[in-house]
Amino acid sequence: MDPLSWTDIFLRIAAQLAPVWIALIATFALSITFKRRLGLYGKLFDSPIGMVGFGLVMFWTYTGIFAGAFDLILTHDVLDQSASMKNKGPGTPFTQMMGTPDPNAYPYYLLGGDNLGRDVFSRMVVGAWEVIKIAPFASLFAFMVGITLGLPAGYHGGRLDTVLSFLANLILAFPVILLFYLLVTPEIIQTGIPVYMAAVLFVFPIIFLVLLWNSRFHTQPATRNLYVGITLLVGTWLYLGIAWNADPLGIVSFPPNLLVVFVAVVFVNAPTVFRIVRGLTMDIKTRDYVAAAQTRGEGTWYIMLWEILPNVRGPLIVDFCLRIGYTTILLGTLGFFGLGLSPESPDWGSTINEGRKLLSMYLHPALPPAIALLSLVLGLNLLADGLREESLRD
Amino acid sequence: MVTFILRRVGVMVLTAICLTFIVFFLTNLYPNLEKLAKTQGNFRMTDAEVESYLGRNGYLDPMLVKYGRWIGVWPGWVIEEEGATRGRCIEPGQPPEEAPRFCGILQGDWGFSTVFRKDVGVITGEKLALTGWLMLWVMVLMVPSALMLGVLAGMREGSRTDRTLSTFAITTTATPEYVSGVLFIAVFASSAVGLQWFKGTATGAVDKPTFENFFLPVLTIALYGMGYIARMTRASMAEVMTAQYIRTARLKGVSFPNIVLKHALRNALIAPFTVIMLQFPWLLNGVVIVETLFNYKGFGWTLVQAASNNDIELLLAVSVVSVVVVLVTQLISDIGYVYLNPRISVS
Repeated sequence: MDPLSWTDIFLRIAAQLAPVWIALIATFALSITFKRRLGLYGKLFDSPIGMVGFGLVMFWTYTGIFAGAFDLILTHDVLDQSASMKNKGPGTPFTQMMGTPDPNAYPYYLLGGDNLGRDVFSRMVVGAWEVIKIAPFASLFAFMVGITLGLPAGYHGGRLDTVLSFLANLILAFPVILLFYLLVTPEIIQTGIPVYMAAVLFVFPIIFLVLLWNSRFHTQPATRNLYVGITLLVGTWLYLGIAWNADPLGIVSFPPNLLVVFVAVVFVNAPTVFRIVRGLTMDIKTRDYVAAAQTRGEGTWYIMLWEILPNVRGPLIVDFCLRIGYTTILLGTLGFFGLGLSPESPDWGSTINEGRKLLSMYLHPALPPAIALLSLVLGLNLLADGLREESLRD
Repeated sequence: MVTFILRRVGVMVLTAICLTFIVFFLTNLYPNLEKLAKTQGNFRMTDAEVESYLGRNGYLDPMLVKYGRWIGVWPGWVIEEEGATRGRCIEPGQPPEEAPRFCGILQGDWGFSTVFRKDVGVITGEKLALTGWLMLWVMVLMVPSALMLGVLAGMREGSRTDRTLSTFAITTTATPEYVSGVLFIAVFASSAVGLQWFKGTATGAVDKPTFENFFLPVLTIALYGMGYIARMTRASMAEVMTAQYIRTARLKGVSFPNIVLKHALRNALIAPFTVIMLQFPWLLNGVVIVETLFNYKGFGWTLVQAASNNDIELLLAVSVVSVVVVLVTQLISDIGYVYLNPRISVS
């Protein structure tokens, strides 16, 4: 068989991505039809920049989900090596040095093979899944930690604020890469420090939710008990499983090397969120509606969580998008330095790092993951820009 | 003002002590020491041999004692074995009686690098000079172009120039160094594309920096920081352009270039100043990535070497330097902001 031409390669990639196109079109059609009823999300579709950003983000989200969770888009297994495909260019027909290839196997390496003869296209596509399963959750956890600590620091001020701000600045003064090199090593995993850090950091979402329900419903004990009970039950179950790997039912578990990556990323992001929330709270707490709530005799957590927090949601949502992008960059950095994730892992940082070593001869192993990472982060930044513009409009 | 600076310096010293202790603590955990022993001795050491190696070199003393020795407030270890006396502060060949009791950073002794087999102070100095040179050119390229981008975009908000330049700025902030560096090497340095205008490595730039081998690393670092400064400048410029005195100047009939250069620019540059100073910690990150990518053997490259080989004293020196850089720039940015902005007073 002859190698494919570039047109063929593009057509075949587009065909391979068919589920993503369908999902994207469905999302856009539904969202645009109902955009007047969807609040801030709907308004996003009035801004061209926001739509482009949203499109890019959803493209990679769907790609990641379909490829990683459903095995749909990828053409070959991400770990399968074929000695005769080493460093072969895009569109090379799939062959094997030994034995005949499986007749059902995809007949081409669409974007070529890397230095071990693995399919670059499949690895790029599955790389999206590696990001999608960590970055949003890590950002969410960082937000929970930052909000739970930042609200009281900004609202009460005083000694609490001094201590927390000092700690936040302490972490921020660390060069991120040094922190990663110190935290994300097999030796540190042996000592169990990441588990203790996870144990501390992962308590915050539970505290946050319990405070949220309790402050709102403490006058209706029945509802309060129900919500707090469910939160505690599910929260403790997940907490035991994720942080301590001690789920009594044995369902929830978290691979230790992924846990350390997750913890490191949350740890780096939380202080910045803390500073943002603290600043916003200090600004909002002088407003009249906060004074009104204080006069009504509302509890401090009610004021912080149900009066102040909803009113700072605009900047926080925008920052959330930017933070997912930044987390993606951090994950790439970890992969680039070969920290944390396993060396065979198809994540973009590791693939870029592997591909760069042969960059003067072969471009195709390094460029697809680089462009993928760039477009996802760009999409998130554009999305944040669109959201900012739309939320400022009214 | 003086009390403000004194207080900030106090906080700075406290932060530096906390941070170095954290680094010290993490690098001195037993599994890390075991790795160190095995890289120094051999990889097939038994647990007992590792233990005795560490014991003979003072690694198994309590953490605070070791930290005190490193700082120079606790006497260094001295061990007599096989008739000879060895000690932390005793140079090879020096009689033990003449050796000082304390040797830590307070005495100017940064220790000995186990990877490079050289004095840490010497290595750090050399590497800092190399990276300083890189940073200088990054600043020379980044600051003027970022300010220009920002001012051009912000002077007519919403215009086509603004849209184009803003999109460019967003793109550069979305491109981490390891992506842009790879793209630049692919386009400008690889034989596959064939342009080969620049060199893909900056190894030679250590001895003899030329435009050919030095431009790509500088551009890669500068680009990531540039977008952020440009966006800040744009926002601040756009805000200034809506101010009353600009309208007055317009109504008086001052020409547009004059308005921008004489009336708006000074006020618009206050906010970017702080941002530029706060970029230093980020640049440090970029330096580590770019020096690894282009194999430029400077400070960032040393950090990676020290960290991946658990070279404790070198790593500590590297973190002291980077933490001091971060904290000093924060201080300068605070003081500078006060000086530039008459509306803010410290007391």
